[in-house]
Amino acid sequence: MTRLNSKIPEGPLHQKWTNYKANQKLVSPANKRKLEIIVVGTGLAGASAAASFGEMGFNVKVFCIQDSPRRAHSIAAQGGINAAKNYPNDGDSIWRLFYDTIKGGDYRAREANVYRLAEVSNNIIDQCVAQGVPFARDYAGYLDNRSFGGAQVSRTFYARGQTGQQLLLGAYGALSKEIKRGTVQMFNRHEMLDLVLVDGRARGIIARNLVTGTIERFAAHAVVLATGGYGNVYFLSTNAMNSNASAAWKAYKRGAFFGNPAFVQIHPTCIPVHGDYQSKLTLMSESLRNDGRIWVPKKKEDAEAIRAGKLKANDIPEEDRDYYLERRYPAFGNLVPRDVASRAAKERCDAGYGVGPTGLAVYLDFADSIKRLGKEVIEGRYGNLFQMYEKIVDENPYENPMMIYPAVHYTMGGLWVDYELQSTIPGLFVAGEANFSDHGANRLGASALMQGLADGYFVLPYTIQNYLADQITVPKFRTDLPEFEAAEKEARDRLQRLISIQGKYSVDTYHKRLGKIMWDYVGMARDEAGLKFAIDEIRKLRKEFWENVYVPGKMEGVNDELMKAERLADYMELAELIARDALHRNESCGGHFRVEYQTEDGEALRNDDDYKYVAAWEWKGSDAEPVLHREPLNYEFVEIKTRNYKS
Amino acid sequence: MNFTLKIWRQENAKAKGRFKTYKVENISPDCSFLEMLDILNQQLIEDKIELPVDPIAFDHDCREGICGMCSLYINGRPHGPEQGTTVCQLHMRKFKDGDTITIEPWRAKAFPVIKDLMVDRSAFDKIIQEGGYISVSTGGVPDANAIPIPKEDADLAMDAAACIGCGACVAACKNASAMLFVAAKVSQFALLPQGKVEAEKRALAMVAKMDELGFGSCTNTYACEAECPKNISVENIARLNREYLKAKVKKADRKREGGGFG
Ligand SMILES: Cc1cc2nc3c(=O)[nH]c(=O)nc-3n(C[C@H](O)[C@H](O)[C@H](O)COP(=O)(O)OP(=O)(O)OC[C@H]3O[C@@H](n4cnc5c(N)ncnc54)[C@H](O)[C@@H]3O)c2cc1C
Ligand code: FES
Repeated sequence: MTRLNSKIPEGPLHQKWTNYKANQKLVSPANKRKLEIIVVGTGLAGASAAASFGEMGFNVKVFCIQDSPRRAHSIAAQGGINAAKNYPNDGDSIWRLFYDTIKGGDYRAREANVYRLAEVSNNIIDQCVAQGVPFARDYAGYLDNRSFGGAQVSRTFYARGQTGQQLLLGAYGALSKEIKRGTVQMFNRHEMLDLVLVDGRARGIIARNLVTGTIERFAAHAVVLATGGYGNVYFLSTNAMNSNASAAWKAYKRGAFFGNPAFVQIHPTCIPVHGDYQSKLTLMSESLRNDGRIWVPKKKEDAEAIRAGKLKANDIPEEDRDYYLERRYPAFGNLVPRDVASRAAKERCDAGYGVGPTGLAVYLDFADSIKRLGKEVIEGRYGNLFQMYEKIVDENPYENPMMIYPAVHYTMGGLWVDYELQSTIPGLFVAGEANFSDHGANRLGASALMQGLADGYFVLPYTIQNYLADQITVPKFRTDLPEFEAAEKEARDRLQRLISIQGKYSVDTYHKRLGKIMWDYVGMARDEAGLKFAIDEIRKLRKEFWENVYVPGKMEGVNDELMKAERLADYMELAELIARDALHRNESCGGHFRVEYQTEDGEALRNDDDYKYVAAWEWKGSDAEPVLHREPLNYEFVEIKTRNYKS
Repeated sequence: MNFTLKIWRQENAKAKGRFKTYKVENISPDCSFLEMLDILNQQLIEDKIELPVDPIAFDHDCREGICGMCSLYINGRPHGPEQGTTVCQLHMRKFKDGDTITIEPWRAKAFPVIKDLMVDRSAFDKIIQEGGYISVSTGGVPDANAIPIPKEDADLAMDAAACIGCGACVAACKNASAMLFVAAKVSQFALLPQGKVEAEKRALAMVAKMDELGFGSCTNTYACEAECPKNISVENIARLNREYLKAKVKKADRKREGGGFG
């Protein structure tokens, strides 16, 4: 019954991509000019894809919510981007990057995709340097590297604490070049409301012009979604305020399967929550774990005294500190993967050793590194992060250890795609965080930037041709087809309905309530009863939302509340799918931790016999249950093991 | 903390705007400036203090000081009173309890108001499209370590590249000049060997576009540097001027020799 075909090419692992490229169909330059592609999103994935398509000669239309493509959420990535260059000569290789990523993902990613990612990683660095991305360099003028979690080599390239910014500005430059050449047409302040299918293929989108409020139709031969992740379903996350799931969710409701929605990454080092007015959480980059040591007091009395404001971190003598990551995971220490570090922090805080006014925080301490390397070196490495911390918390992290706590950060799950990054809807491709493809159940640090740019610069430009080669005789679509008309009407009716409710509470009020359910029951520790309860609560909340939300304003003109309501309406449905997926997966793996399935010392307990598959969900209508399709994961090249970061 | 807010309200680009006064109470000093506006909007929406309900429109996204989307002119200063800080990273503890705070949009001919505190900054994108990049296509480039670049140059390029394109420099300038913005991009590439090939063309084209789009000229008052949330230095303007002059001279030489200039 399953309709999933992952289209993994034949041959040994290291030849699959080469084989694919050798055998795929191409589109001639003359024909490229006749074909149109829509790209939604201008983060690393969307901007790099759109620019590359333009260079190749396709006609491209690209969309983003912000006032400029340069402001996509990717801009906020801090720490760095991985590549298997092995410049430091510390034993890295394509194989090792591949292996670390598969292992880091807790054996829930597809081998062939991950290998290709590692293979093209080096091209990304070359490309970005050619674009003038000012990566950090050593005194000889060569590129510098640092380490991230889940790796024992230094393979992370960085531009101070602003790596995402610099990579995105590189891609934005390439995009701007193509806009100037006329191959790419940019639509900023436009939000996609729906996907349009004609004869079962993705042929266009419906979007709202966020300035005038008009609802517009756009047609193309293929559509690429690069719309980012869905972490904001939890209300508080490290994502930008405009990050949302609506484009992906609308595609799901049009027939694209959703892969592994329960795989959500909770990042260990974020600034703790401090008030109910808070609108988002701020990440403190994982790179800090290169030089920072994580600890809590060994004695409960000390932790209590700190919470009551009677003791300070620096009052706790060395022997009374519990460097719990170094204690539990000697081989990787503070650089264990994110899921492991987050759970360990939660474990200590739940056990009563947490610090800060709420007890929901642990220390990240730089005192040793400052002693060893000097304040200047630390400032050179993390200056902007320290400054950001001080601005928010009003405390000097050079003198007092930082306080940190886990927060929702990234979504490994996303629209299901095959090896070509094509969804189950022909002609709909999905790139970057929006797809589920490469990170399994847990993403390693500095690998999202790598994946976004790999998809956009080096994968889609090939695979989309394989699809479009069959489309060269299909004339340009007109947007007055009945399919466009119907989709536009649906989108308009939905917005109108939201405005017409005229209830009592704001969108944010409902969003915060949804976020609380998700964080409490579908967060870092999940169990059967809690998940069932969450599903019930989400349904009740969804009903109440549709009866009592208040969306001011009109359809015309700027209306932020209307767009927030549209996004929340989708989160209300997605939230239930996340909980369902979490409920069905009776194992713990990566970021998905089911309390019922753990080892004696609290490590995640995978069940490879029953759950070594990708869960791909199919929408069956608002009142019907979604259908689960399984894509089995065959590990032909690596041996599956229990993850071990201890020795 | 309690505050009185005088906020610029403007229905759309064509409408006439005016200030309106609002009060917010019990604001935590740890609250960010934008969260304070969230609280006000929440009150406008749920308490329905005035009808029709019309929350205040303002641009924002990352709330981490990096996307460049937030753009408020507070008490006569872009991004408010704290040096080197975007308004999304400004906290209420920087104000005094009981303060009256005036909030306006960026004011510049090249940045028309869309609604309330939201302006249209697409002019910046248009300037970049004229050459704020290296014209390399995807693929076929040399190994990243093929050209060593002195650390000092790379660091200076990074200093310039840190610009977030928010437009505070324009809002701060009495002539509404975009000189610092253009200079930062031109400098980043002029400092790197990869960027030198197109350096002249880039400087001429970007400056010409800036003039065409209605930004004013630079009279070296350096208000831009003082208000830049990323502390972009006016040394970049000096570098841009050098690049521009060099390019002009070369262009003139070439004309004399009868050649064209791309
Ligand atoms: C604070 C932070 C730090 C990070 N640091 C790192 C790091 O150091 N290294 C690393 O590898 N990863 C990091 N990540 C993760 C990484 O930044 C993201 O996963 C990645 O940038 C996502 O890129 P993207 O192109 O897929 O999507 P995004 O950058 O999220 O872009 C989405 C785009 O889609 C558009 N869009 C969305 N919905 C619509 C719609 N309906 N209509 C029109 N347009 C739409 C948006 O406008 C935007 O242009 C970090 C993440 C965060 C939150
Ligand atoms: S909201 Fe991104 S810089 Fe202020």
